Amino acid sequence: MKYIDEFRSLTLTKKLAEQIRRSVDERFEYRYMEVCGTHTMAIFKFGLRSLLPANIKLLSGPGCPVCVTPNGYLDRAIAIAKLPNVIIATFGDMMRVPGSRSSLEKERASGREIKIVYSTDDAIDIAGRNPDKQVVFLGVGFETTVPTVAASILEAKREGIANYSVLSAHKTMPAALESIASSGDNLIDGFLLPGHVSAIIGTKPYGFISKKYGIGAVVAGFEPIDILQSILMLLRQSSPRVEVQYRRVIDSKGNPLARKIVNRVFEESPAEWRGIGRIARSGLRIRREFSDFDAALRFKVKLAPALENKACICGMVLRGMKRPDECKLFGNRCTPERPVGSCMVSGEGTCAAYYKYGNI
Amino acid sequence: MTNITMADGSGGSQMHKLIDSVFLKRFSNPILNQKKDSAIIKIGDKKIAFTTDSYVVKPIFFPGGDIGSLALYGTVNDLSVCGARPLYISVGAVIEEGLDRSVLDRIVDSMARAASTAEVQIVTGDTKVVERGACDKIFINTSGIGEVYYDDLSVNNLMAGDCVIVSGPIGDHAISVISKREGIAFDTLVKSDSAPLYGMIRKVLRSSKEVRFMRDPTRGGVATTLNEIASPAKFGIVVDEAVVPAREGVRQACELLGLDPLYLACEGRVIIIAAKGAEKDILKAMRSEKVGRGSRTIGRVTEDNPGRVILETVSGGKRILGMLSGDQLPRIC
Repeated sequence: MKYIDEFRSLTLTKKLAEQIRRSVDERFEYRYMEVCGTHTMAIFKFGLRSLLPANIKLLSGPGCPVCVTPNGYLDRAIAIAKLPNVIIATFGDMMRVPGSRSSLEKERASGREIKIVYSTDDAIDIAGRNPDKQVVFLGVGFETTVPTVAASILEAKREGIANYSVLSAHKTMPAALESIASSGDNLIDGFLLPGHVSAIIGTKPYGFISKKYGIGAVVAGFEPIDILQSILMLLRQSSPRVEVQYRRVIDSKGNPLARKIVNRVFEESPAEWRGIGRIARSGLRIRREFSDFDAALRFKVKLAPALENKACICGMVLRGMKRPDECKLFGNRCTPERPVGSCMVSGEGTCAAYYKYGNI
Repeated sequence: MTNITMADGSGGSQMHKLIDSVFLKRFSNPILNQKKDSAIIKIGDKKIAFTTDSYVVKPIFFPGGDIGSLALYGTVNDLSVCGARPLYISVGAVIEEGLDRSVLDRIVDSMARAASTAEVQIVTGDTKVVERGACDKIFINTSGIGEVYYDDLSVNNLMAGDCVIVSGPIGDHAISVISKREGIAFDTLVKSDSAPLYGMIRKVLRSSKEVRFMRDPTRGGVATTLNEIASPAKFGIVVDEAVVPAREGVRQACELLGLDPLYLACEGRVIIIAAKGAEKDILKAMRSEKVGRGSRTIGRVTEDNPGRVILETVSGGKRILGMLSGDQLPRIC
């Protein structure tokens, strides 16, 4: 595959691995956090850890939208699914995520109408084909996915699609990273920042990482060469700054048009991150002007208090403080088939990566 | 209360658990417990292979095949990989009320053609019609029996150093079905690999006495099949990702849909484990047949990592290649 195989080339990975080996000082440990779940998966899928010197530690960050979605959100989605004449439209990776008492997969098996879609367009189509039913799209994602959700709400408003709404749990990256950088309990020497988030927001919002906290950062692509080159760039920084490795996709300005659409429909809000807690300015909620399309307002449901398994250490894993295999539940009580926490089931989850690809 | 979910039928680890905890627990007997693709039974002094499979593929017509030919070849292949010559097939059809009669004709014509290609006879059958919504157009069950001519195929035969061969590009079947179902077009049309394997397998078993085991990588794909082979064994398997054959269209589809070719179902491929010394002869025999033209050695049996499959990735890293977990692509066969 053109433009993909080149970025997985064995000749280049070997070369980069060698340069990385020559750039490390054996006396020190280098703790780098790959923020994005797609990075985590690529690192495991291509076995990149086995190419790195032992004193480079890669910590997985909070950039997996499914993993940081609190149980209460799923409880609400499930409660709405149980209302008559409702169709839930969701990306596939939400299906098996455990809520407090059930999952969308289990609810579908017991007869609720829950459909997997690949885009908001699919959800709008379902709404068009089912005028006598309510279609609720589960809006879970970061800056990368919000623009299409915002566009779908604008379309629904423009076209008068009254049976479409969005249950929003959208989150944004910079404030979450600040909460990690400021906590000081994970000793991070550098961040590999999510390339596709910067495709929307550019690099400016990350300036605080180096200026305020003195930590280096590289906006990284998602192929093995991208990731290894980004690690090398971090190692070679003489003073902390925010650099871009993923230049074939992003520039420092990001995508102003996408941001405009998002700002039209959504506004900044505090957000609840599963296992981490409430973080100010880290969420996006639907503006009052579009409240007709806000499923949380459209459907009144009674919810029992959300339950979390106290032994689950997803929160520490998401902040780079623990490895998944340090969890008591890992691999026995918590497996991809019977996940306790969403990090075990998401296609981008750290626990799932450890379980599936192992730590060899 | 627990309900059956789609992942329980995925062909991966969850389905194995369901089979063990529900069916094997109650039906347990020495033949069933071997969990082979076909049961090997003895009648008088004759060894017979006996197998059954149900087909619920959606859509019922896809590039390179349809539910009818798939149902025939699937069962024929389950017999073939057990060292049997497929002979007699049964067909049970569950038809949804409202199905266009001409569609049924096309499917049954296709089955008849497939039976003639595979040189088997359809000797018994059953037809049921259910009300609209009680099934999706048509579900087909086939059973088959074959005469065992080579009965020394078992995972217990594995030895360190053995080669792992796959008979052609992987994942064609899954991608042809999924692209038709989802209406996604790729640069090149991917056709299902659905085909009978008996001819090639017979040639292989004639050309070498050092074949240890074989299995067709259907649901769960090559990765799951290799795990099924490695897990009861005292050995590990290492796979070189760079040499695993997969068509450009399949690789593109996988990139786009977030799939891994190693987990995609094939319906006309076989994985053969054989002694290293026999590798050349076996590859020659496989490549002489159309269905095996793309045969390649993709890995080795190792003493390291017993019970596990390790992937050496295209980028030079190493990782575990686990069994399919969850429900990657439902109703693929």
